[in-house]
Amino acid sequence: MPPMELLAALRVVADTRRDEIVVTTMGSAREWPKLSRHPLDFHYLPSAMGQSPMLALGMALAMPERRVISFTGDGSLLMNLGCLVTIAAAGPRNLTVIALVNRLYEVTGGQKTAAATSAHVDFAAIAAASGIAAAHSFDDLEAWRAAWPAIRDAVGPTFVALQVAPVGPAYQLVVPGPMRTRIEAFRHALRR
Amino acid sequence: MFTGEELVAALAQLGVTHVIWLPDSAIGVWETALESAPELSLVRVCREGEAWAIAAGLHLGGKSPLVMIQNTGLFDSGDALRNVLFDLGIPLYAVIGYRSYLIENSPDTAKKFTEPVLKAWGLDYVLIDRPGQIDTFVEHYRRCLAAARPGVALIAEGAM
Repeated sequence: MPPMELLAALRVVADTRRDEIVVTTMGSAREWPKLSRHPLDFHYLPSAMGQSPMLALGMALAMPERRVISFTGDGSLLMNLGCLVTIAAAGPRNLTVIALVNRLYEVTGGQKTAAATSAHVDFAAIAAASGIAAAHSFDDLEAWRAAWPAIRDAVGPTFVALQVAPVGPAYQLVVPGPMRTRIEAFRHALRR
Repeated sequence: MFTGEELVAALAQLGVTHVIWLPDSAIGVWETALESAPELSLVRVCREGEAWAIAAGLHLGGKSPLVMIQNTGLFDSGDALRNVLFDLGIPLYAVIGYRSYLIENSPDTAKKFTEPVLKAWGLDYVLIDRPGQIDTFVEHYRRCLAAARPGVALIAEGAM
């Protein structure tokens, strides 16, 4: 089955968005603004690659009354697989990590990740083995769309791996304005 | 340099809510006191870079986190530190074990590079190298907090 288009996979979350904090980075930071201009969107750009789920974990621990969704890439996740154990140990009930798996480093031009040469790297299985009991994997858009509401509302932490197609030559990452301004706006939104 | 109980009392005084840590053998002795302090949450990480990002998320959410790692973890987590302190501009404070500082003529390169690295980052730090300096740490933390700038307390240690 061909992998999902990234934008379509993200739209599943955007279409059912309520008041969750959504942390994006890399590919999701480029595509998500096409679907959402919510004040609780936090585009983690510039980032430290691999740390997006950790930033989201900190938010989730600080604000247990809010749900936090963290998008990450598989290249980023590979840089910090231990984060899955850290999340499981911290046990935030309000955190969902969604890994967008295309087996490429698109941000640097589409080079293969180490996982690209092995058909056996299963991120949901790694998450489950790390102690995240609710770990899922989807390569079909309709199955993903059908499953998402229950995953979103489940007691976390939860993990989802989505098999998505590379964006290809259209990939262009643009930092959406000064971080200081964006942080001030985000904090203002949290206080409302 | 100080007991776990002294540290917990100081952290309570400073309003620290979370300690994000990956300890070494010297600061690791504080674990029991930290995890049994009702006003503190202890967050264990697998690698030190995670600590900076978690602390940043906690800070954005209105909490007062403290990073606690060894100097080797400082080296390892440089990119996360750079991003959080300078790209995001979040003024975190860290307590960092200073491996081999107390060993005269130690060949340990972790000792050799710790302070040059902190200076390269432009970080305000204080050295805690003898017992009874808990107030030095508290005062430095307060100064950094008041100035909204990141800070580091280096805890002098012997061997790993």
